[in-house]
Parts: sequence; structure tokens; C-alpha cells
Amino acid sequence: MEASKVIHAIYTDDDILMSAVKKVKAERYHIEEIYTPFPVHGLDKAMGLAPTRIAITAFIYGLIGLTVAIVMMNFIMIEDWPQNIGGKPSFSYLENMPAFVPIMFELTVFFAAHLMVITFYLRSRMWPFKDAENPDPRTTDDHFLMEIAVNNNEEALQGLLKETGAVEINLVDKAH
Amino acid sequence: MYTFSSKLKTFSIILMVLGLLGVGYGFMTSHKSLEEVKTMLSEEVSHHGGGHAAEATHETEGHDNAHAATEAHGAESAHHGDEHAEHVMHQIHNRPYAALYVAAFFFMMIALGVLAFYAIQFASQAGWSPVLFRVMEGITAYLLPGALIVLAIAIAAGDHLFVWMNPDMVNPESEHFDALVAGKAGWLNKTGFIIRALIFIGGWSLYRHFARKFSIAQDNAEDNSNYKKSFRIAAAFLVFFIYTESMMSWDWIMSVDPHWFSTLFGWYVFASMFVSGITVIALVTLYLKSKGHLEFVNENHLHDVAKFMFAFSIFWTYLWFSQFMLIWYSNIPEEVTYFVTRFQDYKLPFLGMVAMNFVFPILLLMNADYKRVPWFVVLSGLVILVGHYIDIFNMIMPATVGDRWFIGVPEIGAVLLFAGLFIFVVFTALTKAPLLAKGNPLLKESKEFHY
Repeated sequence: MEASKVIHAIYTDDDILMSAVKKVKAERYHIEEIYTPFPVHGLDKAMGLAPTRIAITAFIYGLIGLTVAIVMMNFIMIEDWPQNIGGKPSFSYLENMPAFVPIMFELTVFFAAHLMVITFYLRSRMWPFKDAENPDPRTTDDHFLMEIAVNNNEEALQGLLKETGAVEINLVDKAH
Repeated sequence: MYTFSSKLKTFSIILMVLGLLGVGYGFMTSHKSLEEVKTMLSEEVSHHGGGHAAEATHETEGHDNAHAATEAHGAESAHHGDEHAEHVMHQIHNRPYAALYVAAFFFMMIALGVLAFYAIQFASQAGWSPVLFRVMEGITAYLLPGALIVLAIAIAAGDHLFVWMNPDMVNPESEHFDALVAGKAGWLNKTGFIIRALIFIGGWSLYRHFARKFSIAQDNAEDNSNYKKSFRIAAAFLVFFIYTESMMSWDWIMSVDPHWFSTLFGWYVFASMFVSGITVIALVTLYLKSKGHLEFVNENHLHDVAKFMFAFSIFWTYLWFSQFMLIWYSNIPEEVTYFVTRFQDYKLPFLGMVAMNFVFPILLLMNADYKRVPWFVVLSGLVILVGHYIDIFNMIMPATVGDRWFIGVPEIGAVLLFAGLFIFVVFTALTKAPLLAKGNPLLKESKEFHY
């Protein structure tokens, strides 16, 4: 397999990082990844990342939860064994619905929340015993790292990154 | 400075005139004599193939308060037909008063809700809202006249709205004597009602007066002393407000059903007024912005207001359902009659309002992008406002007109009348000061607010 090279440019300030990202994007280099110790507001916009769709999935999961609650209680309380419990009208679902609303609500929230979190874990590839993908441990503390692919243009790229205020620029072999 | 456009002024005056005509028509047509009501009822019976005869019995049995004043409860069936007719006659007489009262209260509560929202913005030192302060101040200008009108209608209507105002009900000698109402006479008496109402209105208006004064003084002030005063009175007002609002809702709304009580009623009314108030802030802001008067307001502010509309619609639903479900579940006869009458006679408004105040906003305003689109917010805002009008309608009407309700000329006339007055007062108040509260220390943050 061919070994490709990437440049790791390290910054120590999120404002400088933001302006560097804008400059690198303006020069039409492809930013592979950015590692930061905390969320930097506006970084996703500067990088041109597509907006997340996780809220839409949560909405759908919520609807599924609501359906589960309705179908479950309709079967148990109305169809399977419509017993008279304390005079509650179990003749039809609608007649007894107010009593079911707390469960309908909770299951909607339960499904929306948990399935959304699981979706997030799957999409972000996060699970126990997963090997950390961190290229430099300092990026979890106080450094910011920008990773850019190199295609025989090291010189120009290094010059540009130095201009943007990178404190350290490393050329790294990345075995695929 | 904003100038009240002559078009809008004419529009508000037209609304008021049309409204007055409608209200006048309502009062003219409601004076039916007992004989007329009897002929009307017998016509209805023949129309419906006698179905109403059964209903007549049923009505006097399941009967609550509203009629207690006007009807001897003994139900010695010899006089039964007469009693029913008299009862219906009273309901017909009550209708224009109730229609007027519902509309007056609705617009008053918008101003009051905005005042509470305004105080919260100060007390919480919100950084996003100072650009909207003058809009809120303009809307709260309606509070003093609006609340006095509500009180005036309440007193003028007397036992047309509040059966406990009928002196016979607390007189043990009278055949209309009602022990339950008499037992509450310590709170529910006309003098107390008026004194309390004046204290509420006085306190609210006092806060509104000083908040406005400090806000204007801050415009050209060298230091922040006015702002600090605003902060302190806002905190004090909120304490005063939450007590008086609760008592106001017992007095002005819950007491139309003096046999019924609910502990979370004050909160429930509060949620209704708060969400309508926030909606009106959004609508007035969008109107002014569309005319180019609020260039410092951007879609991020709109987004925040829309989030409040969304969240408080759900809060309202939560309280509505909590009240309904607790009563439905335990089904104690003395409190469940409240919902029985609403469910039997008001099915469409009762369930329709849940759709308008909950289902509609939750689906329309959930998407973050939609909350930034003006016409979308206006559309959902109008639905929310109509929904909350119906909410107040559902609180007052079943106790006063019973199944004789209709949203017809008296109701629409009253809404037009107060909508015209509201627009006139609010937009006149908006011309009195610059639309940007420029001395506010949080103003810069608010202008650059970005979500």
C-alpha cells in the first residue's frame, strides 16, 4: 500500500485557528480534519461542513416511540383484556386516552433521546475499547491541530501554514 | 421616532366602529322576554322532534352554579317547562356581556403577559432582548385602560357574569340562597372584588409606569443608575405579579363558576396570557420591521421570540392537560361538572383549542429554520392567538351562556372593538419614544445577537 503524507499544523489559539482555516479554504486546500480540545464556535461553518441531521432523526425516533406507546397500550388495555379498573372507560382507546398520555409522552422522549444518542455514537464511531484516533495528545489540552493532505506541494503548503500563525508544522507519513 | 401611519389609525378606528356596532347589536337582540323564549323553545322542540324535552330534565339535574342564582333548584316538575325557559332566557341575556368580557379580558391579558415578559427580561438581564424593549413597552401601554375596562364590564355585568354578585344567593331568606356561595362570601363579595382588582391594576400599572420612566431616562443617562432601578423594580414586580395574577384569575375568571375550584388555575391562565403576549411581541415586531422601523432587529431575535412561542405553547398544554387529566381521572362529581359541561356543549372549541394551541405550534415551530421565516411565524402566531381567545371563551362561556353559545355577531364585534382599541393604544404609545432603548447597557450585545 502506498504511504500518503499529511501535514499537521499546530495552533495554540482558537481565533488564530479560525482565521487559518479561512485562509487555507480560500487557497482551496482540502482540510482533512481538525482536532480541538473544546468546541470552537463557527468552526464547522468555516470548514464548510454540512449541517447535522441528527435533529431530524430524533423527530422520527420520537414518532416511533409515540407509535409504540399507542399500539402497546391499545393492545393491552383495550383489545386484549378490557377489564374494568376503577371505572375507567376501556371501551375504546380514545375514551381512556388521558390516562395513557403520561406513558405516550415518556416513551416519545425515551425513544427520541436514546436512539438519537445511539445514532450519534454510531455515526461518530464511538464505543468502549475503541482506540483513540488522536494524532497528538496535546490537542486534548491546549493545542489545536489541522491536518491537510499533501500532494507534492509541501513547500507551498508549509509556507502558507507558517503565515497563518502555526506554531509547529510536521510532515507525517500516514500508512493506509 | 415612529409615526402612527394614518392607514393603520383609520384601520383601528374602523375596527372599533364595526366592533361597537356588533356589540350594540348583541345587546339589542338579547333582550328576549320569557314568552319569546318559550315560543323559541317550543319551535326548537318541534324542529328536533322532541329531542329537547329530554334535555330539559337533564339540564336541571346536572346543573351547576350559573343557574343556581336564577332558578329555584327544587325542580318541582310542575313548573319545569317555565324554569327551563327562564334559565334559557337568562343565558340569552348573559351572552352579550360574556362576549364583551371575553374579548376585553383577552386583550388585557396580552398586555399583562407582555409586562411579565418584560420584567423577566430585566430581572434575568437577558442580552438578546433589549432591542425589543420599546415594542414591549408599547404593548404594555394597553394594560391600564384594558384592565380598567375589564373591571368596568365585570361590575356593570354583575350577576350576568358572576352569579355570586346576586345578593339573593347569600341571603338565607331567599329561595335562591346557595350555601356554597354563601360560604365563600368572605372572599367573593363585590366590595372585596373591587378593592382587590384596584390593588392588582394599581400595582401592575405602577410598575409599568416606573419601568417606562426609567427606560426613557436611561436613553440619555451618563451612568447605569436607571437601569439598576429597573432591575430592582422588575424583581419586586415579578413577586407581586405572581401573587396578584393568581388571585386575579380566581376573581376574574374562576369565580364565574363559584362552585368549582382548581389549584393550578392561576398558572394555567398565566401560561395562556404569557404565550399570547409573546406572540403579540413577535407580530408587532414583524409589522414594524416590515415597515422599516426596526433595522436593528434581525432574524436571530425573531428566532428567539419564536422559541418562546413554541416553548410556552407546550407549557400551556402541560398545564391544561394537568388540570384536565387530574379532574377526569379522579372524576369527583363536584369538580368534574366543569369539564362535563365543556365536553357536552363545547366539544369543538374545547378540542379545537388544543389543536390550535398545541398541535399546530409544535409542528410548525419545531424546525429551527422555520422560526426564522417571518410569514411562518405570523401564521403560527395568528393560530396561537385565535386558540387562546377560544381558551378564554371556554373559561367564561359555559358558566354564563351554557349551550346557547355561538361565535356570532356579539363575539366577533367585541373582538373587533378591543382589537381596534388595542392597536390604537399600542401604536400611539410606540410613537412616544424612539424605538431603540439606546441607553441600555446590554444594547450592544443585543444588537449583535446571533444565534
